[in-house]
Amino acid sequence: MHLARDTLLTAYRSMATIRAFEEKVHEVFARGEIPGFAHLYAGEEASGVGICLHLNDADYITSTHRGHGHAIAKGCDVPAMMAELYGKRTGLCLGKGGSMHIADLDKGMMGANGIVGGGPPLACGAAFSARMLNTNGVVVAFLGDGSINEGSTMEAMNMAKVFNLPVIFAIEDNEYAQATATNWSVAGSMTKRAAGFDIPTTLVDGFDFFDVHQAAGEAIDKARKGEGPQLLHIKLYRYYGHFEGDATTYRGKGEMDKVKETKDCMVRFRADLTAKHDIAEADLEKIDAEIAALIEQSVQDARQAESPREADLHTDVYVSY
Amino acid sequence: MSRKSFRQAINEALRDEMRRDPTVFMIGEDIVGGTGAPGDQDAWGGVLGVTKGLAPEFGAERVIDTPISEMAYIGAAAGAAATGTRPVAELMFVDFMGTCFDQVLNQAAKFRYMFGGKVKTPMVIRTMYGAGLSAAAQHSQCLYPIFTHVPGIKVVIPSSPYEAKGLLTQAIRDDDPVIFFEHKFMYDDKGEVPDEPYTIPFGEANLTREGDDVTIVALGRMVKLANEAADQLAEDGIHCTVLDPRTTSPLDEEAILASVRRTGRLVVVDEASPRCNVGTDISALVAEQAFDALKGPIRLVSPPHTPVPFSPALEVHYIPSVERIRDTARSLMGGA
Repeated sequence: MHLARDTLLTAYRSMATIRAFEEKVHEVFARGEIPGFAHLYAGEEASGVGICLHLNDADYITSTHRGHGHAIAKGCDVPAMMAELYGKRTGLCLGKGGSMHIADLDKGMMGANGIVGGGPPLACGAAFSARMLNTNGVVVAFLGDGSINEGSTMEAMNMAKVFNLPVIFAIEDNEYAQATATNWSVAGSMTKRAAGFDIPTTLVDGFDFFDVHQAAGEAIDKARKGEGPQLLHIKLYRYYGHFEGDATTYRGKGEMDKVKETKDCMVRFRADLTAKHDIAEADLEKIDAEIAALIEQSVQDARQAESPREADLHTDVYVSY
Repeated sequence: MSRKSFRQAINEALRDEMRRDPTVFMIGEDIVGGTGAPGDQDAWGGVLGVTKGLAPEFGAERVIDTPISEMAYIGAAAGAAATGTRPVAELMFVDFMGTCFDQVLNQAAKFRYMFGGKVKTPMVIRTMYGAGLSAAAQHSQCLYPIFTHVPGIKVVIPSSPYEAKGLLTQAIRDDDPVIFFEHKFMYDDKGEVPDEPYTIPFGEANLTREGDDVTIVALGRMVKLANEAADQLAEDGIHCTVLDPRTTSPLDEEAILASVRRTGRLVVVDEASPRCNVGTDISALVAEQAFDALKGPIRLVSPPHTPVPFSPALEVHYIPSVERIRDTARSLMGGA
């Protein structure tokens, strides 16, 4: 598939923003600036961006614990996301959601989710809405590999197929469900499970933006044309722990360094852009500089921003005793 | 106005709201019946016939039978509600909440607050509850205290056909998740129900009768039993107020407190298991805020803390009876 220069630069900007955002969160989290939990998407950028490039604001996504990348790829406001992580009133959810619940329905982002397998049933519901409201929208349910063992995912796959819903199950398989190996915890295979529901599946190289983009484009087109649910099994890797503070001692010795050195999706995409797509190194450096400034400003603003007021505790709930 | 059953009242509210608003739809198990099968369509209209006739009028796109997958379709209702439609899901028995509670507890109930007030979740879960049909331990529970405990869900327990139609209409028009409890023993109860649509606001208790001696707060099916007890007490010159909260979340605290301040005596009748039920919650409220008004101890009439038994010989002792309510209220007046 030929991609226009602007599209490629948009993809690069989105991927690089996610990487810079996550590296910055890693840094400020370690300094104790961010309360609660954070699960970082660094290493998986090609997946979220390669998929979301095919979506518009009328299309929805559901997300996971590891949702920052999906939110950025779907167009959520980056400074407001950072403020949300800091628990500030200027945050995307007024500081009431935090990292695990970042959402912006206006952008079609139905929320990061603190429950493994929480999203697939919701995605089916958004697909019912799309059908009923004639939006021609599709829904991507981003899932981690751990969620393939949740009953909710199995139920949602069956229901999506029974009703021929335009849902794309995008399984981001980073090899570990928390600290447990995926190849140990999944009996059979993910694609065979989906095949059991007659859901078409594609095995995707999540380190390669172009492979993700191509496979996602085909799956999304099929779903949009009424061919029903699709499943992408995307093989990739996360660079940080399951959560910030996880020492990842369960990994093999040298395992992550090897992935970073030989497979990193950003390095690969960058090399492809300059070598095969006539994009100058300087163009990418300019984008990098803009992103660095955006992230730095986001952190500065988040630090300075007003905290939620005590009275905010009682708003946005129908009754407060 | 004409006499209609509890079942008909609910059916009418669903029909009227689906006619009024094309984004209202229903989803559940066998709410049509016969889906995908060679025989009759609308074969069941729900396991007890409550939704009968709706599928022929509104079609399979708006009256949706699902596989037996509570997690998937209750969650789908939450997702649909967050994205522009107004689903009414039917959970056949509230006991089945065990298979799908996450989608209510952690998804639907949380969206509005957790997302900073930017999301509406106008979904209704209609569900059947209560003992009395020998449906045994997994098909007879009340469980509304569990939902009352969770902020973000509104909990509605209608006590008559009139109440059911008005409260369900309100529930469907409401922008928050609502769980609507239908007592399985009440479907054939009859009462006057207006033909036209109407709403009953949430959080406003209904004084079903007024008297100066004892306040009886009762929920759902127990409202009728409490009134029967009050009829008997009136013959002995004991005059009761019987108050139906209608919704346990939000709870009309003021109406309860005002009535206790008037009578000084409180009996709470709750068919739910007695530990941490709505009765204990109301007792705590009154003890905390109207203690000075009390002329005697607060009395609870609830089942024993056991699973619901199957045998009619046991179940009859399990369910709070008119006699227990009557005798409990009378004991507060110094009688036997």
